[in-house]
Amino acid sequence: MFKYYGEVLAVDGMTLTIHKGETLGLIGHNGAGKSTLFKMMLGLIPQTSGEININGTSVNGGAFRELRRSIGYLPENVVFYENLTGLETLQFFASLKGCKLNTCLPLLEKLGLAHAANRRVDGYSKGMRQRLGFAQALLGKPRILFLDEPTTGLDPEAIREFYTILQELNAQGVTVVITSHILSEIQERVQRLAVLKSGKLHALGTVQELREAVDLPLAIHVQTSCSTDAVEAILQGVALEALILTGNSVVIHCQRNHKMEVLRRLGSLGGALLDVVVKEPTLEDVFLGYAA
Amino acid sequence: MLNIEISQIKIIAAKEFRDRIRNRWVIAVSLIFTAFALAIAYFGSAQQGEVGLRNIEVTIASLVSLVIYLIPLIALILGYDAIVGERERGSLDLLLSMPLTRLELILGKFLGLSAALACATLVGFGLVGLLLAYQIDLNALYHYIGFMVSTILLGMVFLSLAVMVSVIAKDRARASGGAISVWFLFVLVYDLILLGLLVLSGGSFGEEFFPLLLLLNPADIFRILNIFSMEDIKVFYGLATVFPASLSNPWLLSSMMLAWIIMPLTVAFWRFK
Repeated sequence: MFKYYGEVLAVDGMTLTIHKGETLGLIGHNGAGKSTLFKMMLGLIPQTSGEININGTSVNGGAFRELRRSIGYLPENVVFYENLTGLETLQFFASLKGCKLNTCLPLLEKLGLAHAANRRVDGYSKGMRQRLGFAQALLGKPRILFLDEPTTGLDPEAIREFYTILQELNAQGVTVVITSHILSEIQERVQRLAVLKSGKLHALGTVQELREAVDLPLAIHVQTSCSTDAVEAILQGVALEALILTGNSVVIHCQRNHKMEVLRRLGSLGGALLDVVVKEPTLEDVFLGYAA
Repeated sequence: MLNIEISQIKIIAAKEFRDRIRNRWVIAVSLIFTAFALAIAYFGSAQQGEVGLRNIEVTIASLVSLVIYLIPLIALILGYDAIVGERERGSLDLLLSMPLTRLELILGKFLGLSAALACATLVGFGLVGLLLAYQIDLNALYHYIGFMVSTILLGMVFLSLAVMVSVIAKDRARASGGAISVWFLFVLVYDLILLGLLVLSGGSFGEEFFPLLLLLNPADIFRILNIFSMEDIKVFYGLATVFPASLSNPWLLSSMMLAWIIMPLTVAFWRFK
């Protein structure tokens, strides 16, 4: 599909299939088209051309109401009505979604907000608002979750709790589409990643597939009791990207297919080899490699 | 083709109404109305050297003059924020991601705010009506009830205009500017221009369509609706005398008011994307 905002092309010929029950991470710089994509998938804004279907049903069609009842959405920087309490907020959205009002309090309990249920939202911290937003997205047991930067403002413990809940939902077959700026956070938690760049789908695959596709060099950190010259000597003839020598430690950058060769040669150092750590390129590296 | 669920409209309307009750908007406006109505009912005949609850027709006529300024202003202030406020605060996206159409949102907002304004009108003027009720005849009571109903209609017209402004405006500042402009146009400028044209042309300007021009202003419709039924009062008002009886049918006038309610909402829906 394509999406123009006036002259600006926000989504440029994107084709994307999201599998039932999977957790898909969307990454990309600001302005890459993530939020626009979310809004189009919800049917909030019409696409300029192309089609978006959920379970074979068009999101812009007459059945949008049924679809929306099965979708939970947490917008980026969620904003609530300051004059309502947490519980009233949830009840308002529950009634719009057509789900039972007595499911609201248990949801607040689940998200650790039960103590603040009857406090007005204007007294909520950023983290509490975010949790209320997540509670709102979970109303009516949705089969699909769209979460736009869901962990912004959460402390590490709350982030862990958040992902525990997400895991539970995933185990129940809920499809999750999630964006995050904290890449190291989502790389362990999504099954596939979609990298967006300038409104295009730049790459799509598992974390491993993306890493291999960009073929970033591995970093091998070595501690030795012998001189670094000796290390340099035994690595003669192996194609390396870089070799950084400092004191007794050596950092070797090499392509994945040379990893075992490097490790075998290091093994020949015998007792002089004190420690070896192989560092895979992080998702940040992949992401920057792709999207920068 | 129109996909409307009444229950969704009710939920939005109920929230708007409850918000105005809770932030004491309804009670505050009711008190303002009561105070004005009481003052006018009690001192309204002071020009004739009397003080006290006297002539209901004079009272209604004075109230009409007050309401024609006050209600549009209150309605516009109440409604200009309805959509643009949600957009600017950032709560609109979440609201629209619900199983809710834009039309349902507009209608819900409009009806909820209308209910709040109607409630304040009924309480504010109703209290004074009760006070008057024991000393006026049935016919006068009928006029007073008609005055309250048309006041509510007038409020709804300007709420509808306010919602339209709220949809079209880019931000709240522009929306409030737009709302004030609407007030100036219909309440102050429109009649002034018509009168000016009439005077400039020595009374010959548009004898046939002058009354029709009055029907294009909801504030004028309200005035005609309320004073045309009262013989004593009619003579006080220059404007009313140029108005032919054929166009003063209350049903026609009320239909025009309804049209004025529906049209801005239609534009709002059309522009709300």
